[in-house]
Amino acid sequence: MKIGVLALQGDFDAHRRRLEELGAEVVLVRKPEQFDEIDGLVIPGGESSTFLKLLGDETFRKLSAFAHTKPTFGTCAGAIMLAKEVENPHQQGLNAIDITIRRNAYGRQIDSIIVEAATALGGDPLEMVFIRAPRIEKVGEGVEVLAQRGDDPVLVRKGTVMAATFHPELSADMRVHAEFLKLVKNGTKY
Amino acid sequence: MSENNGNNTSLRLKTGLAEMLKGGVIMDVMSVEQAEVAEKAGATAVMALERVPAIIRAEGGVSRMANPKLIRQIMATVSIPVMAKCRIGHFAEAQILQELGVDYIDESEVLTPADEEHHVDKHAFKTPFVCGARNLGEALRRIAEGAAMIRTKGEAGTGDVVHAVKHMRQIVKEMRQLTVMSEEELFAAAKNHQAPYELVRIVAKAGKLPVPNFSAGGIATPADASLMMQLGAEAVFVGSGIFMKGGATPLDLSLKVEREEAESRARAIVIATTHYDDAKVLAEVSEQMTGAMKGLAVGAIAEKDLLQTRGW
Repeated sequence: MKIGVLALQGDFDAHRRRLEELGAEVVLVRKPEQFDEIDGLVIPGGESSTFLKLLGDETFRKLSAFAHTKPTFGTCAGAIMLAKEVENPHQQGLNAIDITIRRNAYGRQIDSIIVEAATALGGDPLEMVFIRAPRIEKVGEGVEVLAQRGDDPVLVRKGTVMAATFHPELSADMRVHAEFLKLVKNGTKY
Repeated sequence: MSENNGNNTSLRLKTGLAEMLKGGVIMDVMSVEQAEVAEKAGATAVMALERVPAIIRAEGGVSRMANPKLIRQIMATVSIPVMAKCRIGHFAEAQILQELGVDYIDESEVLTPADEEHHVDKHAFKTPFVCGARNLGEALRRIAEGAAMIRTKGEAGTGDVVHAVKHMRQIVKEMRQLTVMSEEELFAAAKNHQAPYELVRIVAKAGKLPVPNFSAGGIATPADASLMMQLGAEAVFVGSGIFMKGGATPLDLSLKVEREEAESRARAIVIATTHYDDAKVLAEVSEQMTGAMKGLAVGAIAEKDLLQTRGW
């Protein structure tokens, strides 16, 4: 099972380490042709506006085609990339999962926070690291909410796409990445 | 839902933002217009200041924290993180920057030091700090004080990368040496580096700093950015290299040709930092870039005029 991590910018290395700990073979993806050799893709945290600049037309098309057909997981900036609608400011989304997301909606770095909350993944409460996090403002039909911060969905899934507004790659808990690898292995849950 | 805000949590959140900045370019900006150019080019963050190092160097005088009004205007304009500099040891400037809500504070040798002995106690702040270092001991002393990111000092405002290279090579070499030392040698190493033994031990085990390690000081071209990334930097700061012509004269963004020059430099360095190990891409972006900061050779600067020797 080969998992690509989009490595244009951001904390792609933290995802690589986590995925390797879970036994996956990891490819750092920077070129359009690399999408052809992977079974699943992680879009890491970082700055989504920077990702969009660095993608270029060809890589954007490849990324979009991949995210619409194969297992893809985005955290923070990655979740912003996957969204249908992006606010504050408005920017292009891949529309791979039916969510509306608002950038920096919880405030600046001084408002970054670590919280624990129950998760539909089962087991103990999940530690969630929020760094200048976006907020999921709206989820479309059929989007499953796997964890919440207060009333806000923070971990969502539909079909082969997962998105988290926090950073499971910065916690010791491996459940979220393990869940994604399950998705890659078994295909869509529905 | 429970909240956990212990000390360790604080450091994780501080280094967490630095993790998000990896592989990116943090650009010095002196105006809202420059901040817009930086964000549009793909900068991961901007450093808001009144005078970039090249101007400070040319004009002299005392350099202080930027006016909060300018910082607020820049924060209101861009969606990416905004950093700002305080003077070494000037914890009151740092308190003001934290109050403004800047995302990172650079306790910087580029500004005139406010304390000849002490740096800011960075543990006392919720806002993360980045500090410059020329060697491993200096880096670990800053980390002990609470810095959540280290950058090489290089020689700011010159457009000459030679000391950024020197400092990065020094830090990387000294870390590598620790990894092969015996337990008793580590005690002596801590003494020689004038750094806390616990941190020396952490580096000896991990082979790297416990916080992200970026590069700054004289980076002016896509090739410079690539060089620093290949030498081990995890991201780069570009100060005077994007918006300066020569001496103390910035590019005039109201003129189309000079605006395009700034945009092309910013874009080229962003792409070069991502594709730092791909010479084909580096050749392409270097070719597309118009102009470069004139620069000042570090070797021609008198010892007393160096900025990097500030900080202890």
